[in-house]
Amino acid sequence: MKSDKITKYTLFIASLVILFVSGGMVFSLIGGSIPAFKEFGLQFIFSTEWNPTEDREAYGALPFITGTMFTSILALIICLPLAFATALFIAEYFKRSSLASILSSMVDLLAGIPSIVYGLWGFYTLRPLMIELGWSAQGYGILTSGIILAIMIIPYATSLSAEIISMVPNELKEAAYSLGATRMEVIFNVILPNARSGIIASFILAFGRALGETMAVTMLIGNANVIPKGISGVGNTMASVIANQFGEADGLKLSSLIAIGLLLFLITGIVNAIGKLIIKKLS
Amino acid sequence: MNAQAIQAPTISTSNIDSRKLKNKAFRILVIVLSALTISPIALILGKLIVKGIRQINLDFFYQNAPNTLEAMTAISNGEIIPGGIANGITGTIFLVILASLMAIPIGIIIGIFLYENQEKRYANLIRNLSDILQGVPSIVLGLIAYLWVVKNITNGFSALAGSVALAIMMLPLIIRATEETMKMIPGTLKEAGLALGVPYYKVILRVLIPSGFSGLSTGILLSISRVLGETAPLMLTTLGSPVINWDVSAPTSAVPLLIWEFYNDPNMVDLIWSSSLFLMGFVLTLNIISKRISAKRKVI
Amino acid sequence: MENIDRIKDPILSIKDLSIAYNKGAKYAVKDVNVEVKKNAITAIMGPSGCGKSTLLRAINRMHELYPSIETKGNIFLHDEDIMKMSTIQLRRKIGMVFQRPNPFPTMSIYDNVIAGYKLNGIRISKSERDNIVEQSLRNVALWDEVKDSLFKKGTFLSGGQQQRLCIARALAFQPEVILLDEPTSALDPIATSRVEDLLVELKKKYTIVLVTHNMSQAARISDYSMFMYLGDLVEYGKTKMMFTNPRDSKTEEYLTGKFG
Repeated sequence: MKSDKITKYTLFIASLVILFVSGGMVFSLIGGSIPAFKEFGLQFIFSTEWNPTEDREAYGALPFITGTMFTSILALIICLPLAFATALFIAEYFKRSSLASILSSMVDLLAGIPSIVYGLWGFYTLRPLMIELGWSAQGYGILTSGIILAIMIIPYATSLSAEIISMVPNELKEAAYSLGATRMEVIFNVILPNARSGIIASFILAFGRALGETMAVTMLIGNANVIPKGISGVGNTMASVIANQFGEADGLKLSSLIAIGLLLFLITGIVNAIGKLIIKKLS
Repeated sequence: MNAQAIQAPTISTSNIDSRKLKNKAFRILVIVLSALTISPIALILGKLIVKGIRQINLDFFYQNAPNTLEAMTAISNGEIIPGGIANGITGTIFLVILASLMAIPIGIIIGIFLYENQEKRYANLIRNLSDILQGVPSIVLGLIAYLWVVKNITNGFSALAGSVALAIMMLPLIIRATEETMKMIPGTLKEAGLALGVPYYKVILRVLIPSGFSGLSTGILLSISRVLGETAPLMLTTLGSPVINWDVSAPTSAVPLLIWEFYNDPNMVDLIWSSSLFLMGFVLTLNIISKRISAKRKVI
Repeated sequence: MENIDRIKDPILSIKDLSIAYNKGAKYAVKDVNVEVKKNAITAIMGPSGCGKSTLLRAINRMHELYPSIETKGNIFLHDEDIMKMSTIQLRRKIGMVFQRPNPFPTMSIYDNVIAGYKLNGIRISKSERDNIVEQSLRNVALWDEVKDSLFKKGTFLSGGQQQRLCIARALAFQPEVILLDEPTSALDPIATSRVEDLLVELKKKYTIVLVTHNMSQAARISDYSMFMYLGDLVEYGKTKMMFTNPRDSKTEEYLTGKFG
């Protein structure tokens, strides 16, 4: 039938949108960063300079790359015990109970809170707390951002981990129980080894989320274009420097921001691809 | 067999007691950490409600955001800051409608394409690219929309640019929701239609989409609730506007953009709570509706 | 129901045991009284849902893993009330083998056999460990088949070999009683007969309680048989007696294949 052919073509043509969007994205990011890379070469990635003064313009991405890595790794470390415990609550200790479903919808709610609201809460609640505890003079910095980021990525790590944990066959758990193991021993000797790669993948994907988060971090990291000095130091991430400096940017500075966008795109892409690959291997 | 027989092992009571204790302690730890995990929800909602509720009145929905001077006068007279966030609310609705017009039809069609071509290499490529798109940070999508639309189409900050960024965010979510939904529809339903000689596009429109309706609408609502609170890409594309705007090629405000403006203006900072409360309410309502729909679906 | 001479010196005595699911809404086992003979194979038979698995699991309290279960009555191992024992001690003394072979897929064959020691934190020397692994695998006639691949994962073994590995895992602990929950239902006939031969061999040293769906299996290898129906223990006695001359009409109907 002729109409069927037209339908097939329509479906196919729509799929080209994805090709164009993703291809165009890479093309435009590369195109936009060319002036910056022409001017600074690969040194752009390793330079710590950020000087917008006319005639002496120089830009480097290293402070922002390290800022992104520091905050995200810290977020991952904080998120790990929390997300793991929550996944165990949902998929093991209270499996299939109403308590578990309440908790898992609360975790979903956590994912629904907009980034800017997290930023406000971090600014008005967490930041004063950090000052009071004496962990940071101004309350800004890597630690504050890391904590907020951790809360934001918990839902991603939790929901996937819980799914993987609940898939560990009951027979294996029973085998361990029949040998006298306690529940905690079953968790560490049976559930964890069997769910290991899936849990790792879920944390990698959550890490990928943290890398690209913008608003909350922008409001809490202190916006200093330097390599952060330790956990309570201030800094800037790749995403936050784009958000902060974009308004007044043109020429070489705009190109440098786009180049940072390209690097961010590549890093998150690689991290996500690794996570997805592990998951694909599982199924 | 010359090896010696196995001695039955003994397990000491101290071993048992310490393991039981550890087991109990771990259980408590799991419960405490889980409670800690969700505590920010209560803390954040509580803060928003306590600090935001008194700003919310009818004006809040009807009037545009005040300017700094109006806010300053009100504060010095000890009054509640006048005005509302009507420009933000309409802006958010406008952006979401524009983004939905782009992302929903294309997303559903691509989802059906993937469902039809399950294991083909090209379809796998599209599926993987869509997955990659889903992981792209929203700020990067803001850059892209800036480069494509602001610089080349509308020659200035515009609602269209913002909605393109949001549409790219929604697209992968809708594609996935569509494909997953289609997979759950019994294949016999489709074959029954085709066997009757109904043209394929009619099978899609009259059989596949209606029977997957609840799944599709869940996916669409979730994707909308995901982009509603987006701020970063809009800062790079729609810029903001003090008045209500329905022109696709002009700058537009949005609720999250207003929150950002209020946050940065010491005179208006009191307005962040009511605006955030409103935004949260909006996002959560959509979330709950979509959950309801997907819960009902299980009945079929 | 008392159609059997009192078993002298029983290893297990079950007294007035009732087990209910859903907080007492549904009885899986009703008022069961039974004594199990040492160094014998006792088979529990009955149609699906008759409570035979629940009864078996109650003997090492595995049934407690599932919430909202109520247990009344007592089970004695020798003279000790198992309900008052720690489950750790109890399961050391009463081992279990399951319907489907379930070796730990992340552990080697060697580690699977020794898993009970590792899980329980029992520290023993390497030579002791080697001895336990070898003896346990010899006991299930698996040693010659796997001695060259002890450090490979157990999942490459055939179903029957995996099940014998699981029996070896239970034996490594030197339990007094081994509970088997339909251990051959997932195996082919050849593997089944090997496991059956093994059980007959093992009863010299251990007491075996076996749930089975398969009447001819019970007839072939068991010394004593229970027949359960809807949670009741309908009949209990020497297997030969029960199969040749059942006292209860329900037992007769089941054994002649009228239902099940």
